[in-house]
Amino acid sequence: MPDGALPVLDVKDLKTVFRTRGGQVHAVNSVSFHLHPGELLGVVGESGSGKSVTMMSLIGLLPSPPANVSGGQILFDGHDLRTASDETLRKIRGARIGFIFQDPMTSLNPVFNVGFQLMEPLRKHMGLSKAGARDRAVELLELVGIPDARSRLRDYPHQFSGGMRQRVMIAIALACDPKVLIADEPTTALDVTIQAQIIELVKELREKLGMAIVWITHDLGVIAGIADRVMVMYGGQVVEQAPARELFANPQHPYTRALLKTVPKVHGAREPKLNVIEGQPPILMAAPSACSFRDRCAHAFARCGTENPQRRPVGANGHDVACFWDAATQGEADA
Amino acid sequence: MLDEGMVTGDALAGHAPDPRRKLVEVRGLKMYFPITSGLLRRKIGDVKAVDNVSFDIYEGETLGLVGESGCGKSTTGRALLRLYEVTDGVVKIDGQDVARADARTLRQMRTTMQMVFQDPQASLNPRMTVASIISEPLDEHTKLSKKEKLARIYELMDAVGLNRTFANRYPHEFSGGQRQRIGIARALALNPKFIVCDEPIAALDVSIQAQVVNLLEELQEKLGLTYLFISHDLSMVRHIADRVAVMYLGQLAELAPREALYAEPLHPYTEALLSAVPDPDPAVETRRARIILKGDVPSPANPPKGCNFCTRCPRVMAVCKDVEPAFREVRPQHFVACHLYDSDKTQDAGSAGA
Repeated sequence: MPDGALPVLDVKDLKTVFRTRGGQVHAVNSVSFHLHPGELLGVVGESGSGKSVTMMSLIGLLPSPPANVSGGQILFDGHDLRTASDETLRKIRGARIGFIFQDPMTSLNPVFNVGFQLMEPLRKHMGLSKAGARDRAVELLELVGIPDARSRLRDYPHQFSGGMRQRVMIAIALACDPKVLIADEPTTALDVTIQAQIIELVKELREKLGMAIVWITHDLGVIAGIADRVMVMYGGQVVEQAPARELFANPQHPYTRALLKTVPKVHGAREPKLNVIEGQPPILMAAPSACSFRDRCAHAFARCGTENPQRRPVGANGHDVACFWDAATQGEADA
Repeated sequence: MLDEGMVTGDALAGHAPDPRRKLVEVRGLKMYFPITSGLLRRKIGDVKAVDNVSFDIYEGETLGLVGESGCGKSTTGRALLRLYEVTDGVVKIDGQDVARADARTLRQMRTTMQMVFQDPQASLNPRMTVASIISEPLDEHTKLSKKEKLARIYELMDAVGLNRTFANRYPHEFSGGQRQRIGIARALALNPKFIVCDEPIAALDVSIQAQVVNLLEELQEKLGLTYLFISHDLSMVRHIADRVAVMYLGQLAELAPREALYAEPLHPYTEALLSAVPDPDPAVETRRARIILKGDVPSPANPPKGCNFCTRCPRVMAVCKDVEPAFREVRPQHFVACHLYDSDKTQDAGSAGA
């Protein structure tokens, strides 16, 4: 990962709210992060933590209303995507920023064959002729490891298995040589053996094509295997961010620490009892004025209820955490 | 989560489990679904969802049943409780043959065997209150008075860690984890001995999964329950199960005590499956050699000849494509269906299976 190079994507203070009948839901609250060229950033969080909404906000994929990307800056390639016109966004989306969704069955159109869906971005964004697009589509399918690519172009999504469909999705996302690939839980709907195939494929493609990847997941195991850097989200905010090894070796936020402990392992020692994070994730009906994890936190104290902690650096490894509690000075005693 | 003394009432008294007693015996279980075609819906074949599966579950233990989607693990669980009419085989629960029982006997047996479903959203009636959901089995199977029923409902809600004051709320007012607790309370209502947990945590978030698994374990300890825990999450199964069965394409590939299976998997499929599970530690992840299986699971309507894993097996031999391996005990308590262990001393399991 080239360090010091300018980030391809730089997000500052992003805010997204949803207007609902029950009031405003503050799904993303002042999220800032950047992505270096060729880097793989893992985004971890539970459902409702705002990880998908953050990424969808980036490229204007949220329907407005009810969604409103109400604040912040999204710098990509000299454009601020938040204020960019639909026309500019359309040129970037699918061409320079690719997207892979969780469920390949619902994100592929069942009434068009795979070839059509692969060739669509090639013709629209790259202006290729029909024959040129077809050749490129075959190349792409071969790239993602689908055998007998040319004849499979005529097949419809239901004729592919789950893993193969996800490969098709990846091929579509890669069609126009994107600089950034956003993968939203791309392996969650797949079986472990197929998940292993897809992870292996993405690692390989990344080496070959050198794009930057944002990988959203709730599975810490998947992240550990592929990410350079990890961002942990909770309650619509980034609560901790660090290089992958650093995060797993030296987690700072009580939520990250607890999360790492609740997950049982297949290898190594077996814990006789699972650690539990009591309580439920917060419902974000107001902009946070206090730490959103405090009700479930083992280390919460008075300040956590009155002030929302901001991210502060830890050490010199590019590690930061949004928490008032300090593991180093306030003791290791995890409840 | 579960206070000592909360479940000491008579109605929730546990059975004393005898760990050597077989509570569930399954022999040669087959569950075929017909494939029909044409105007006359003529049968043209079978989907062999479960094909000749035999195992035992001892009283008070948790048997984990793992496998990829479509391998037949849920079908096995459902067939055990006779939610399907089984094609062939014997399923004995607490000494009685479930697979062949008549309607009346079966109805009486329902109280001893219950199920917790995967999706609490789909398995709870949205128009019924929590109290009426939990009391439904009591209405059907007991002659308790209204007052006794309510007492029992409260007792069950306490046992699963639900606030009594929520008894008149509807399922949509609860979070996923709480809904799963309602499902568990319903399953416990009739004091069952055996519960099939069909992916009970798959739909929940990681931090909530641990809460539900701990609850299941606590209840098992207090009430002496026996579980069949169906899951695709190998790390969670390692946590909760005493013995683990691995299923592939409708058949058991391996069955062993937990430690033996995770420390030294014998079947190449188990080995690949375990190696595919990512470890939440980058230091371990980078060092591990992963076995990547090629291709997809074949269709259960047309399973390959010989060993059903031969199309993807990294250690396939000529014999595998021809002869179906027997499910044998190759080490004490360790069963495997694989030709690699043909030369190991044969303790032919015969019809025993476990």
